[in-house]
Amino acid sequence: MKTLNPNIVAQETARPTVLPPDKTLMDMLYFMQLTRELEFRIERKLYRQGKIVGGVYVGRGQEAIAVGSCIDLRQADVVCPSHRDMGAFLIRGMPVRTILAQYMARKTGATRGRDGNMHMGDMKYNLIAFVSMLGDNVPVAAGIGMSFKMRRQDRVVICFFGDGATSRGDWHEGINLAAVSKVPVVYVCNNNQYAYSTPLERQMAVENVADRAEAYGLPGEIVDGNDVVAVWGGVTRAIERARAGQGPTLVECKTFRMTGHSAHDDAGYVPPELFQFWEERDPIRRHERLLIERGLIDVAGTEEIKTRVNREIDEAIQIAEKDPFPDPEDCLKDVYYEEQ
Amino acid sequence: MALTTYIEAIRQGIWEEMERDENVFVLGEDVGIYGGAFKVTEGMLEKFGEWRVIDTPISESAIVGAAIGAALMGMKPIAEMQFADFISCAFDQITNFAAKCRYRWGAGVPIVVRGPSGGGVHGGPFHSQNPEMYFVHTPGLKVVCPATAYDAKGLIKSAIRDPDPVIYFEHKFLYRHPRVKEELPTEPYTVPIGKAILRRTGTDISVITYGAMVYTALDAAKELEKEGIDLEVLDLRSLLPFDREAVLDSVKKTNKVILLHEDTRIGGFAGELAAVISEEVFEYLDGPIRRITAPDTPVPYSPPLEEFFLPKVTDVIRVARELYAY
Repeated sequence: MKTLNPNIVAQETARPTVLPPDKTLMDMLYFMQLTRELEFRIERKLYRQGKIVGGVYVGRGQEAIAVGSCIDLRQADVVCPSHRDMGAFLIRGMPVRTILAQYMARKTGATRGRDGNMHMGDMKYNLIAFVSMLGDNVPVAAGIGMSFKMRRQDRVVICFFGDGATSRGDWHEGINLAAVSKVPVVYVCNNNQYAYSTPLERQMAVENVADRAEAYGLPGEIVDGNDVVAVWGGVTRAIERARAGQGPTLVECKTFRMTGHSAHDDAGYVPPELFQFWEERDPIRRHERLLIERGLIDVAGTEEIKTRVNREIDEAIQIAEKDPFPDPEDCLKDVYYEEQ
Repeated sequence: MALTTYIEAIRQGIWEEMERDENVFVLGEDVGIYGGAFKVTEGMLEKFGEWRVIDTPISESAIVGAAIGAALMGMKPIAEMQFADFISCAFDQITNFAAKCRYRWGAGVPIVVRGPSGGGVHGGPFHSQNPEMYFVHTPGLKVVCPATAYDAKGLIKSAIRDPDPVIYFEHKFLYRHPRVKEELPTEPYTVPIGKAILRRTGTDISVITYGAMVYTALDAAKELEKEGIDLEVLDLRSLLPFDREAVLDSVKKTNKVILLHEDTRIGGFAGELAAVISEEVFEYLDGPIRRITAPDTPVPYSPPLEEFFLPKVTDVIRVARELYAY
């Protein structure tokens, strides 16, 4: 079974020698848990209850990647999330209620009902909205980095995408432009090994997404995407390089998509033993074990966090469910700039 | 007095905006050290430096994508497509990313994507196209096609200052055409997007057109004058948004209309104009709405083929005579 790559298992031990501060370790657990529980409600409850229409895509099993990447960003830094990076929105400060209203197509959602899912952004949080054409945010991030360089601003941008996006031309054009421009961008790949139903070996003939980096003259690093501390370590190194003017880095996070592509996809094409293999490497359970080992929390404490995030979600759902839908004629607004 | 060419007018407009606003910058293929394939950006690298005049890899999609990213950060990028034909490579970034940001999440993308379009220079299928309608069909974009040096300068300045993405099609046949040279005002000016202009007032037939075809229409008008047919020539200047009022007013006055463009026929702008005219001012019409366009083929290379392809003065004269007889 090709995707049971021994490298992936071996990298589980390749933790950074320096851990983040205890508070950061605790925040990581909180945001991963909030991501998991929020997406559980979205996919397994609200969608199935018909309260979310259209499609739903979640990042179950991949929570460590957005959380580990974004946890140490500064307010002025920019994030271009992809469609399985809920943690990025939560860490940047987008309220859970706004996110739920977005999914439920309400006027109070981040796109006021114009778009759904994680297709949202807000310049207030320096979050750039994703578009469905995978890899389109890669050159956009390069341009964001170019603006930082032009204005001599000490800012970085993190750009997320999946393994499937690396098959698109925009990805290659964007990575190349970023590399030749030496811009402060950290490219983070959620390599969850499936692009919808198509496994990695049908997407690319190289073994690792990070291998692609060498062709463009930027460093490619592989980290265990199910270890939030390993993600944090790899991305932190890349951010340091970016801030030091050394240009972009590609950080490949090996992980697995623990669901179908979307809520309607039962992922019957995925061998069950793969789910089993990766279930044992669940990023939240692993991080809980680390925190318990380090005496930062006990089992009851981990349960408390779960209860706390669920309470937050309950409150947000109650508000969002009462939020109004957009007025039909709002359809016509905001295509162009309008004088306020 | 100094006469300014169409291409120099574009260069001046960009130059002045770059001096006026430090957020304005240029990126594209060969725009820096070489000054652009047609020299629109000549001298800018020396004046503004390599971070405001950026030579990029041959990656149209990344050029526009990067422009979008910088624009989201408050910059005012001008992305050059070396030939407007190559804009197809950036279609996705323009139509899906740039055009939809404001509508989706309220983020303005004040970019200009500009490049030379049009035939008449034997450029063949990939250096002669008029790709405006792909973008006219995309809500969220603005599309302009200047025909004179005055408008070329005034519209590039408006495009740069506009808070939304503007696709600016230059007509390469006009770049250094002696006929298009004119004296430009010494004081700063802009030309508003969405406003047409009458190039010739007339009473018998309105010819509604844009780009290089403005001159075709004017030449036909001159000929037809001799036989007592008085053409009105309306230069749209902007296609999205277009000046509805000017179009309808002209038709209401002359009661007959020819829609003329260099772009191909099916799905060309003439089709949209014909629909608007028949919806809004049908009762004013004293004859059929006539279209003169390129045929539905790629733009051919060989001179006899290209000449056949491009709408000509004789086409306008022939159709105007037919329509006049109604």
